[in-house]
Amino acid sequence: MNSEVRVRNKRRTIWLLSLLVLGMFGFGFALVPLYDVLCQITGIQSVSLRSAGEIANPASEQEDSRLITIKFDTSVHPNLPWDFSPVERNLQVHPGKLYQVDFAARNRSSETVTGQAIPSVAPWQATAFLNKLECFCFNQQTLAGRQSVDMPLRFMISPELPQEIRSLTLSYSLMKLENAPPEPNKREKG
Amino acid sequence: MSYTNALHDEAHHHDNPTGWRRWLFSTNHKDIGTLYLLFALTMLFMGGASAMLIRAELFQPGIQLLDPDLYNNLVTNHALLMIFGAVMPAAAGLANWMIPLMIGAPDMALPRMNNLSFWILPAAGTMLILSFVVPFFPGGGSQINTGWTLYPPLSVQVGMSMDFLIFAIHLLGISSVLASINIIVTLLNMRAPGMTLMQMPIFCWTWLVTAFLLILVVPVLAGGVTMLLFDRHFGTSFFDAAGGGDPVLFQHLFWFFGHPEVYVLLLPSIGVLSHIIPTFARKPLFGYKSMVGAMIAVGTIGMVVWAHHQYTIGMSLGAVSYFMIGTIIISIPVGLMIFNFIATMWRGAMTFETPMLFAVAIILMFTFGGLSGVMLAVVPADMQYHDSMFVVAHFHYVLMPGAVFGLFAGVFYWLPKWTGHMYDERLGKIFFWINVTGFNLTFFPQHFLGLAGMPRRIIDYNVMFTEFNAISSVGAMIFGFSHLLLLYIIIKTIRGGEPATNRVWEGAKGLEWEVASPPPFHTWETPPLIRQEQTS
Repeated sequence: MNSEVRVRNKRRTIWLLSLLVLGMFGFGFALVPLYDVLCQITGIQSVSLRSAGEIANPASEQEDSRLITIKFDTSVHPNLPWDFSPVERNLQVHPGKLYQVDFAARNRSSETVTGQAIPSVAPWQATAFLNKLECFCFNQQTLAGRQSVDMPLRFMISPELPQEIRSLTLSYSLMKLENAPPEPNKREKG
Repeated sequence: MSYTNALHDEAHHHDNPTGWRRWLFSTNHKDIGTLYLLFALTMLFMGGASAMLIRAELFQPGIQLLDPDLYNNLVTNHALLMIFGAVMPAAAGLANWMIPLMIGAPDMALPRMNNLSFWILPAAGTMLILSFVVPFFPGGGSQINTGWTLYPPLSVQVGMSMDFLIFAIHLLGISSVLASINIIVTLLNMRAPGMTLMQMPIFCWTWLVTAFLLILVVPVLAGGVTMLLFDRHFGTSFFDAAGGGDPVLFQHLFWFFGHPEVYVLLLPSIGVLSHIIPTFARKPLFGYKSMVGAMIAVGTIGMVVWAHHQYTIGMSLGAVSYFMIGTIIISIPVGLMIFNFIATMWRGAMTFETPMLFAVAIILMFTFGGLSGVMLAVVPADMQYHDSMFVVAHFHYVLMPGAVFGLFAGVFYWLPKWTGHMYDERLGKIFFWINVTGFNLTFFPQHFLGLAGMPRRIIDYNVMFTEFNAISSVGAMIFGFSHLLLLYIIIKTIRGGEPATNRVWEGAKGLEWEVASPPPFHTWETPPLIRQEQTS
């Protein structure tokens, strides 16, 4: 084997390995969208799936005697100048009964801002059993400068909730919609 | 002109500079190997100091020496210093020293890149230490209290020391990717004529697999921490739930790197053992081909089982079952390696010099750590053990024998070759016994602590855990200070001692033992003739 062949072989190996490095770096970023797809296929839960709460019909639901603790939690993306918190943090509820709670929102800035709330339920196994009849998260919310509102949530826990779940947390993440699109978009980045 | 002369020219580009230039501008694989090993030794002592501070705090319940954030900062720092600062550079140092000697090559394939991949390390190490030190200065922000896994949202919220850490990880990643490319190119293109891949010494095989693992996973970690950096400073929401991101995504990115990383740490030491055990059992390695196969299997399966670190995040039953079964399957090729080692020793004429003592101890203790790993892989059991001291005990039982002791064994095994002097065998044995006793005293009680419910990464604990923690802390002090003896042995061997023969060990086989001890600055300028028995 002469030296030129050797150098060429070396160079080819180096190029292939460098491409592999770049490819894997790209793969890391490709995982961001792939992750959602993967979660849908394999059932590994992600936030965007968990947030897909249902609008159910309240008819034919039987009340049951269990007392379930539901906790409310909120977080606001730093780009949204709002205060946002549940009026009540904890509630003891019976499955099959309709409840209403309020969330207090206040716009700290002097400009009109539109926000979108994204719900998620923990444990995620309870997601399908929390039925929201009316929720501010169904729509975008627009607050004028310094405006405060109480935003209502009407919900019911289905009596089919598995016995082992005794408490659940409903968490809202609130973020700003820069140029509010015509339809609420669940994965809009802030 | 034959290629021998071409390579000869390559090796003489720099006219052997002397003084500090010899080291800073070095393109010689032996000098760079030495630099790697010295860097690793320095980091070992720094990482060890932080570990001993942690154990000193845990000696008694209550908060005595540290405050909670500083404690967690030390935990983070200890892990990163040990993994990226001590074990990986030490393994790279062995690779630099030994691979060209073993395959009969005059140097690494890319000597200047070799220089770069080492000299990035001191800069990265400085950044890493700064990330620990910066919070102590006014305006330095909060301490890195996330642990080495850097999970958001906490890692998005801590102060600017996290930015130092992110850049340190970038630099360390670049360094190990460059080193890996260099090693693969060397192994694929620079073998002595006639040496096929399946005749390569097994240490070279372990490094070939390790280097490929590094190339596949380190860029993903780099991507993950880059996203973290963007979330911290540029308003993106990769991991921020309030902006539509998902913090769990970071865990996947991290462990996609983090789990193969475990095999990156383990495999070079397995390679070292595969040389030491045949030497001191005076028998060829049992099952060379199956070792190579097992290694490739470990690397491949190890790439696709990362989520067993995240059982508690709420994956579906199907997903956790897959990760559980995949993880348990890894114990088959790993078990195969262990059985090969035992079969190599079977009916061998064994003697127990320090490297062999370490090798035998590694087989015992690593197997133990592997078994507690199988316990942790089982989903319902892991729900109980998750984030407890049991996990700490488990991964120290695999990483300490599986990586660190393997490197110690390699250092004792090859030190006479590197320096030309025999180390003090009596001191070596004393070091072994103190070291291994201290290690077991430190980590064995932590199994019980974890099973009884003591969580990890918390500065304080319930008084019911006092006794075992006290034992563990005493063990940690013995273990920690024993490394001063290692330092003394190494310095003593470098400065002088009984001259070593070329073969050093009576049962040693392979090309690296054909050159003088210490090897001349340039070796194998004429490639050796490969006879079958040299590589078997």
